[in-house]
Amino acid sequence: MDSASAAASALETDTRREAIRVEDLHKSFGNLEVLKGVDLTAQQGDVVAIIGGSGSGKSTMLRCINFLETPSSGKIVIGGEEVAMRGDGSPANQKQIERIRTKLAMVFQQFNLWTHRTLIENVIEVPVHVLKVPKAQAIERARELLDRVGLGGKEDTYPAYLSGGQQQRAAIARALAVDPSAMLFDEPTSALDPELVGEVLTVIRDLAAEGRTMLLVTHEMKFAREVANHVVYLYQGRIEEQGPPAEVFGNPQSERLKQFLSSVA
Amino acid sequence: MTGLFELLGLGASAELLSLSGWGGNLLRGLANSLQIAFGAFGLGLVIGLFGAYGKLYGGKVTRDLLAIYTTVIRAVPELVLILILYYVGSDIINKISEGLGGGRVEINGVAAGIWVLGVVQGAYATEVLRGAIKAVPVGQIEAAKSYGMPAFMIMRRVTIPAMMSFAVPGLANLWLIATKDTALLAVVGFNELTLETRQAASSTRAYFTFFLAAGFLYLMVTLCSGAVFARIEKWARRGQPSLKGGTR
Ligand SMILES: Nc1ncnc2c1ncn2[C@@H]1O[C@H](COP(=O)(O)OP(=O)(O)O)[C@@H](O)[C@H]1O
Ligand SMILES: [Mg+2]
Repeated sequence: MDSASAAASALETDTRREAIRVEDLHKSFGNLEVLKGVDLTAQQGDVVAIIGGSGSGKSTMLRCINFLETPSSGKIVIGGEEVAMRGDGSPANQKQIERIRTKLAMVFQQFNLWTHRTLIENVIEVPVHVLKVPKAQAIERARELLDRVGLGGKEDTYPAYLSGGQQQRAAIARALAVDPSAMLFDEPTSALDPELVGEVLTVIRDLAAEGRTMLLVTHEMKFAREVANHVVYLYQGRIEEQGPPAEVFGNPQSERLKQFLSSVA
Repeated sequence: MTGLFELLGLGASAELLSLSGWGGNLLRGLANSLQIAFGAFGLGLVIGLFGAYGKLYGGKVTRDLLAIYTTVIRAVPELVLILILYYVGSDIINKISEGLGGGRVEINGVAAGIWVLGVVQGAYATEVLRGAIKAVPVGQIEAAKSYGMPAFMIMRRVTIPAMMSFAVPGLANLWLIATKDTALLAVVGFNELTLETRQAASSTRAYFTFFLAAGFLYLMVTLCSGAVFARIEKWARRGQPSLKGGTR
């Protein structure tokens, strides 16, 4: 503990801006080791793009950060607060997990809107019931957010009546409604028809431009290069290469990354 | 006109069925039946909800016990179960009462009926609700988790509302079974509709009139229930485009 706090104070200028830090993260499903020691830091305002082949562990990494998966070992620090873990990596304090999760808004590949609630009900659900924001205030904010993602007028529509692009934009509004300190996107456009990808990317691009912290798993390389300030290439559960997008995309070092980039181009 | 009435014996029937006479008894029996059905259905839902969650998320012992419960209850004929549960239940209560130094207890008919049928309904409800909970897309529950909802809130705000559309048809069946199973309670002497009918019929020898009247009452219960459940189902399916594209 002492050495850790000493190290922390040495990095004080850094840790104050630090949004997410992952150290030596391991995750196995049974005998299958999916994450083999991942380290990652995102400062406030960073847009970190995570790329890699299917099955390389991108989703698992994102899901470990908000404990949708229980890490096997490693350390996770959110906004300077270390998540207490037991020896087996499971969270020691469910209340802490729940509190931290409200700061990390997740946007899923399959949107995962609550289908029995209208768009505005989806957006106010967490603010009203988890964060205890007064309902009138939450509704007002939700209207602004839905407007902002181009869904003004659809407040009372149920998700099933909307296109995938509209649903994903609503899911982004739901994420913004909790005032997250960081957003986790897991392939937000992979389930969309090609003609609907653009409208969602536009929304994410705006969020990046206004300085939102985000981890973004994506297969849209052009987009990653454009919005990210840091790119991480994951290969079989390890970070094979990382750096600024110009470096990673313009001058890849590892053979595997070169191959990967040529295969998705 | 009156001649026709006389011919069909309707005048006599009307008199027999008058509210101050046997008809009133039938209606009181119906009220008892409905009260028991309602209570049993409610108790069954509570048991079913715990049972379903226990079967899905409980430890090994919980799951084994629940498996025994649902298997036995669904395997044994209801009439036998009713006899067993009724006599076992009243026996236990009397043992406890005697143990505490009291005398034999008069068992409240409605409460006993609710307990007996509720335990039976609970087994079926466990299976209906377990299936419905499993049908909820896992992503909806993950989304709730990922936004920091505690487990009980997820159950209340996400899982239960989302499973309703899957559960309502099965629950509607259970409700109708509950209304009709109340008739089985006649064997242990409850004054529910069937027993009242039998008593009225044998006292007056007007079997046809009274059993027809009872059948009509059961039919009305079913029809009203159908209308109510149709509305509930429509509500539970809000947000789901219907297959036909219409409103029904
Ligand atoms: N719940 C799970 N149980 C078992 N294996 C899993 C589970 N989730 C993911 N995996 C496995 O972990 C590996 C990485 O998965 P994932 O993180 O989803 O990869 P990616 O998102 O990069 O495509 C895959 O081989 C996948 O089959
Ligand atoms: Mg994935």
